[in-house]
Amino acid sequence: MGSLTLKQFKSPLLEPIELHIPAGHCTTLSGPSGSGKSRLLRALADLDPHQGEAWLDDREMASLSGPAWRRQVGMLPAESAWWDERVGDHFPEIDNTLLERLNLSPDTLQWEVSRLSSGERQRLAMARLLCNRPSILLLDEPTANLDQKNIGRVEQLIGEWRKEHQTAVFWVSHDPDQRQRVGEQAWRIANGRLQVQR
Amino acid sequence: MTLIQLTPLDLTLSAILVLALALLSLRLSLGIERQLLIAALRTVVQLLLLGLVLKFLFVQSHPLLIALLALFMLFVAGYEVMARQQRRFLGIWGMGVGTLSMFISSFTVTLLALTIIIQAEPWYHVQYLIPLLGMLLGNTMSGVAISLDHLTHNAWQQRQQIEARLLLGHTWEEAIRQLRRNALRSGMIPIINAMAAAGVVSLPGMMTGQILAGAPPFEASKYQILIMLLIAAGTGFGAMAAVWIGSKHLFDDRERLRLDRLSAAKE
Repeated sequence: MGSLTLKQFKSPLLEPIELHIPAGHCTTLSGPSGSGKSRLLRALADLDPHQGEAWLDDREMASLSGPAWRRQVGMLPAESAWWDERVGDHFPEIDNTLLERLNLSPDTLQWEVSRLSSGERQRLAMARLLCNRPSILLLDEPTANLDQKNIGRVEQLIGEWRKEHQTAVFWVSHDPDQRQRVGEQAWRIANGRLQVQR
Repeated sequence: MTLIQLTPLDLTLSAILVLALALLSLRLSLGIERQLLIAALRTVVQLLLLGLVLKFLFVQSHPLLIALLALFMLFVAGYEVMARQQRRFLGIWGMGVGTLSMFISSFTVTLLALTIIIQAEPWYHVQYLIPLLGMLLGNTMSGVAISLDHLTHNAWQQRQQIEARLLLGHTWEEAIRQLRRNALRSGMIPIINAMAAAGVVSLPGMMTGQILAGAPPFEASKYQILIMLLIAAGTGFGAMAAVWIGSKHLFDDRERLRLDRLSAAKE
């Protein structure tokens, strides 16, 4: 479980941000391309240098090592990358029910990464991240390459997951209907400023 | 057997061959005549100078002067390593990584060879120290340059894969492990090939030199074996040091991949 709090958090292109996502809640983020959404998520995962404070519950980012923070604050980039040949080699442990919920067969793990479709890649990357049991999820367009059916599955999985594990979710999405469906709160980037939409 | 001395005429004759090659390159518009002539000129000037310096040092074998020459060689090698990088580290690291790793490996191995194996008297005897160090530096330089270039080039190319691992909470060492291994391997392959081919396909330069100078062939063989093994050790340790220091500097204290510490690619 985890909540995310930002105090004067400064990421490139954006003015300092004050933000709180309670445990188990989902906040969506939208804005024109190139407005700094992905860079904000990268900074939140401590993958890029930044200023200001980010808190996971009552722990400040600096009190954890880089890898420990990233293990807790799990980010799913828009494009997944794979470093080994076989899919299964990217999973330290495998949760078959998780694969089922994402409409993936356990056989997929024996496949070579080059055989995967872009939709399979995206769902497998989601499974790979959730296997880590992060306390906070930062999702960058997690359904961009999926068909309608699988979009529904991912939305349902994340919806159940965040309630079940009390995970705060920060979800970047271009689709207004999706933002309506998945988040309690919606933020938008306009002119370098983060604004509440609802 | 005594050494047959080369006259200026002998050197001129061999220079004419290179000139002829340059002319042919011009006629065929290969475009390498300029580089060829400059490199040939550098060989002539640098080696004549080295000969003069060594001649002077043989008489004036003051340890300080020898140390100065050794350091000069190290810095030139460090500069060469940097110049061969497609993407070099910015700031002092550009020359620092290569120079430091060659210092660690070449100097240590040379010192070891002089004091324990050859046991020259005194151990810093110019006749042994400078040729040994030169051969070690020259070869270590290639290994270090190739390894570093592979490391930084691949880190740039595989940025997404490295960052995917970091995002899953892997440490920097886990994230760069494959790249490190490949970089080291490519740096060491030339010397492994050279050892495998020595005496069968190629007659190594130093052994050739000793035989030309009138040394008994079997003695020359032993010296060549010693040198080959020292070079292999020096290259391996040098490449390891360079890859370790270089890969560490690709990440900061929060274990983020910092490709902004590398320069833009050169042509």
